[in-house]
Amino acid sequence: MRNVLPILTVVLALFALWYGGAVMLNKNWAYDKAQRAGVELSFGEMVKDTMTQEKPRLPPPHQVGAELWKTTGAMVQRGRAFSKRSLIYHGWITLSSTVLGFVFGTGLGILLAIGIVHNRAMDKSVMPWIIASQTIPILAIAPMIVVVLASAQVDDLIAKGVISMYLSFFPVVVGMVKGLRSPDHMQMDQMRTWNASRGQTFWKLRLPASAPYLFASLKVGIAASLIGAVVAELSLSQDGGLGARMLVGSYYGQTVQIWSALIAAATLAALMVASIGLLQRVTLKRMGMAQ
Amino acid sequence: MIWIVFVLVFWIAAWRVNIILTAQKPNRFNAFAVPALFGITLLLLWEGIVRGFGISPVLLPPPSAIAVTFSQNLPLLWEDFFQTFVKGALSGYIIGCGAAFLVAVAVDRSPFLQRGLLPVGNFVAALPIIGLAPIMVMWFGFDWQSKAAVVVAMVFFPVLVNTVQGLQASDAMQRDLMRTYAASYPQALMKLRLPAAMPFIFNGLKIATTLALIGAIVAEFFGSPIKGMGFRISTEVGRLALDMVWAEIAVAAIAGSAFYGLVALLEKGVTFWHPSQRG
Repeated sequence: MRNVLPILTVVLALFALWYGGAVMLNKNWAYDKAQRAGVELSFGEMVKDTMTQEKPRLPPPHQVGAELWKTTGAMVQRGRAFSKRSLIYHGWITLSSTVLGFVFGTGLGILLAIGIVHNRAMDKSVMPWIIASQTIPILAIAPMIVVVLASAQVDDLIAKGVISMYLSFFPVVVGMVKGLRSPDHMQMDQMRTWNASRGQTFWKLRLPASAPYLFASLKVGIAASLIGAVVAELSLSQDGGLGARMLVGSYYGQTVQIWSALIAAATLAALMVASIGLLQRVTLKRMGMAQ
Repeated sequence: MIWIVFVLVFWIAAWRVNIILTAQKPNRFNAFAVPALFGITLLLLWEGIVRGFGISPVLLPPPSAIAVTFSQNLPLLWEDFFQTFVKGALSGYIIGCGAAFLVAVAVDRSPFLQRGLLPVGNFVAALPIIGLAPIMVMWFGFDWQSKAAVVVAMVFFPVLVNTVQGLQASDAMQRDLMRTYAASYPQALMKLRLPAAMPFIFNGLKIATTLALIGAIVAEFFGSPIKGMGFRISTEVGRLALDMVWAEIAVAAIAGSAFYGLVALLEKGVTFWHPSQRG
């Protein structure tokens, strides 16, 4: 709890920076308008104008907040939560491809990690390539993968999920390999003393020991998965989604719309990471591993 | 059919060789040969599947076709590489990492700010910052400046968080020793805390190498001059010239791995004393 005050200070400073930036970036347009109208703007009038422009270069937080409310809460009140103009609808699309990719990525990651831990040849030959695969800017080729998969009659949702899967499997592999190897010599010797088979050692010692590592990498993985989904939506924008909102906003110069999509994506990321954190706390507590 | 059989035989043979190699005592040759053999097998598998099943080159071109395109378009690829990597990614990387480092050192004297900055920084590092790309293109125009700005935004927080954490890495005993020596704050910073922070800083720098390249390429999807890797990828996808796209991907992969390798090499030189570098 002692961190609350410092965090609030930093957040407030960020908001102050945001407002300051909005004034700085929007003032030229305000002066332009005033000059054409033939009026002289005082400083106060200029600041007031920068807060309420239609297409500001940087929308101030309250404008973004109003847009967010207009496209979520207000639509719920009118009973149109899933209309095409609501961010809930677009957020839902992004969420579904994120979760699909995340689930498959996690599964693939765990399987690879089990193989790597139990097979020396696999460890030596596959592991370097898994690491190398992450130095390739995969996000950059997302549009190609999406287009190719879509032209091969693959469902759009799966095409987007593949990108998320690629981004989320890596942290899981690395974390799980570390976790499955985390039991120390004493514990492994104990297993041998009990004449445990490889399978028994795996289920009763290695797997439970890897749980904390797994959750740590799941948090990284789901954030990466969301980024993958957003970028994939840039190429499949006809389906909607938060990435599509950003793209459409950038076509028409609707900065407020871009920023509200951005904030919505950030909120989604925070919610997902927080729910995995909750799952982690509950699971580790039941396993008796909570610190 | 012949292709498929050949590739399968090669796969099994390579797998056996790798098992034999890993059963031996590890040495320099093994450490290189085993993953190399696996990589070659993957490429052959790809080539064999494409040829054997007659997959249309519009969907997935074989590696040989990509290599031919690559060698035929070297000047064009170099121009794209220079525009995206050197102008966009590298300049943004240097500015972003430099700024993050300076902020971390500046914040270092105030535990209050540190406690606030770490959770916020960790949170922001998990956000899809790449979404700022359209906004940056609007602010800084189509040329490399907007790409560098996206890269700065992407690399800033991971490096900041790692540096702040690293500066806390020296333990109390060591800091007490510095006090016993009557070391001033800058002295303690230069001689103890910065060297102790290096493994953390390099961790951030390594994460940032990949982010930088991704940021520069994706930002080009939102508007760019008629060169650059992201521009080429998005236009050639539209023309279904996938061999050219894969050639760009090969450039990106080589550039990304080389960049990462360079930073890792630098790390080895600077943090030679760290347990993870010995052994």
